[in-house]
Amino acid sequence: MTNDIAPITAVPHMPAAMRIKESELDPAKAVSDQRHAAGEPILFGLSKGQTLRIVDLEGNQAADVIFYNRDDLAEHYSATDTIQRQGGIYLTTGSVLRSNDARPMLTIVADTCGRHDTLGGHCAAESNTVRYALQKKFMHSCRDNYLIALQHADIGLTKRDLVPNINFFMNVPVTDSGDLKFDDGVSGPGKYVEMRAEMNLWVLISNCPQLNNPCNDYNPTPTQLLVWDPT
Amino acid sequence: MSTTTFATITESPDALTTVLPDPKQTAAVDSPSFWHYFPASSLTDVRTEHAMWSEVLPGGSHWSWRMPRGSAMRFVALDSGANLSLVMYSAMEKLERYNMSDSLKAQHTAHYSKGHVLMSDMGRSMASVTADSLGWHDPLGALLDNDLMAEKYGEKRYGEARNAMHRSGKDGLLIEIGKYGLTRRDLIAPVNLFSKVSVDEQGRFAFAPDHSQAGDFVELRFDMDVILAVSSSPHALDPNPLYAPKKIGLLAWRCGAAPADDACRTFRPENARALHNTDMLYL
Repeated sequence: MTNDIAPITAVPHMPAAMRIKESELDPAKAVSDQRHAAGEPILFGLSKGQTLRIVDLEGNQAADVIFYNRDDLAEHYSATDTIQRQGGIYLTTGSVLRSNDARPMLTIVADTCGRHDTLGGHCAAESNTVRYALQKKFMHSCRDNYLIALQHADIGLTKRDLVPNINFFMNVPVTDSGDLKFDDGVSGPGKYVEMRAEMNLWVLISNCPQLNNPCNDYNPTPTQLLVWDPT
Repeated sequence: MSTTTFATITESPDALTTVLPDPKQTAAVDSPSFWHYFPASSLTDVRTEHAMWSEVLPGGSHWSWRMPRGSAMRFVALDSGANLSLVMYSAMEKLERYNMSDSLKAQHTAHYSKGHVLMSDMGRSMASVTADSLGWHDPLGALLDNDLMAEKYGEKRYGEARNAMHRSGKDGLLIEIGKYGLTRRDLIAPVNLFSKVSVDEQGRFAFAPDHSQAGDFVELRFDMDVILAVSSSPHALDPNPLYAPKKIGLLAWRCGAAPADDACRTFRPENARALHNTDMLYL
């Protein structure tokens, strides 16, 4: 290691870590309000201008979400374009979720949790064999959820489109020495994140079934999904 | 081994006029032998008698190769402040590809160095970091794209600049993966060799300028047959106001597949399992 003391230049336009903001939207006026059961997939359309709220009903539940441009399936959420353009890894109020073309897909407009993960990706049977033990391969996983949803929907999205996703309500800090940590969630019962669609989208969510680590507090629980039309 | 020599590393042979000796088809091929001009210290532990070929990648350029299991590529920074963005796909099943998230979380890391492996989305090690003089290579900073490039450096098109035009890492990799039928939706988060992007407690990025010096090196051993695509365009977060991509030396050699006592296997139990999962493809 020859460069431990290399000078560090800060990247401009850096965001603050956490921006807690409550929503003014009334759940009674939502056009859609559904419970997303623990460990299940869901795929639905969200139109430009609509607002999606994900509620962590019981706390410490990871919602693994990928967005696709409904009008051009080759455009998907990109973790690295999102964090590159905002100059940091955490998502919170004001964060713009960008595509592989670095275009805005959604903007986070309210957030009572304050921090969401961009790096950890989703669990899969195969990565579970690496992380935990070879014999874990038959446990349910987020990628199985994604593939079930995409195979049944048959809308032209396949495994190649399963890119690194957002883990809403998960806390995955990076240390000064470049280590990745999986910290206790900063979420809690009833905390939510809300985002406005900047284009017509497919929303693909796995309500994470992982039981081998504390990302769901070893107890996967349901979430609530609400959608509002533009006011 | 070839004995062809050139006066300096910058005096590359003209491919159209230089007549090189025909390599023996059954022997290790290394013509022209660019690697003779890499700093000797950058070739530590390379068994040069097993060299296959070497190359000097000019700054801002792009290329790709099909690298077999048991081969290695030594990457050498020939200038300070180099960057090399790379992506990998399984040559046997292109749906299987390097996965940033799976690699980082399995090794609890947000950077790569010796001992780490680059894992696919199928729980397999695609390549292992078998040598490294730097201690930090960036998996987070993504690619320089055309919008960022125009914003930072202004436009410099082929019409006026010919091959000194500005080239983005993103377009470079799109060209390379396009040669294998892969498209924009298949372009994955890259690894940026020779670059360091740290993260503070607020989650903010800091780019380390001149992280790499001329002579710094890193090596990947390919644990499966891969399509490797690279671009030597500048890192997207490099604050240098001038478009100044740096050249990279490459030496491909036959190192053999990871042995049982391999340092990457023993680095973490996760890596041993990822290498095991790859070995299962080659029984």
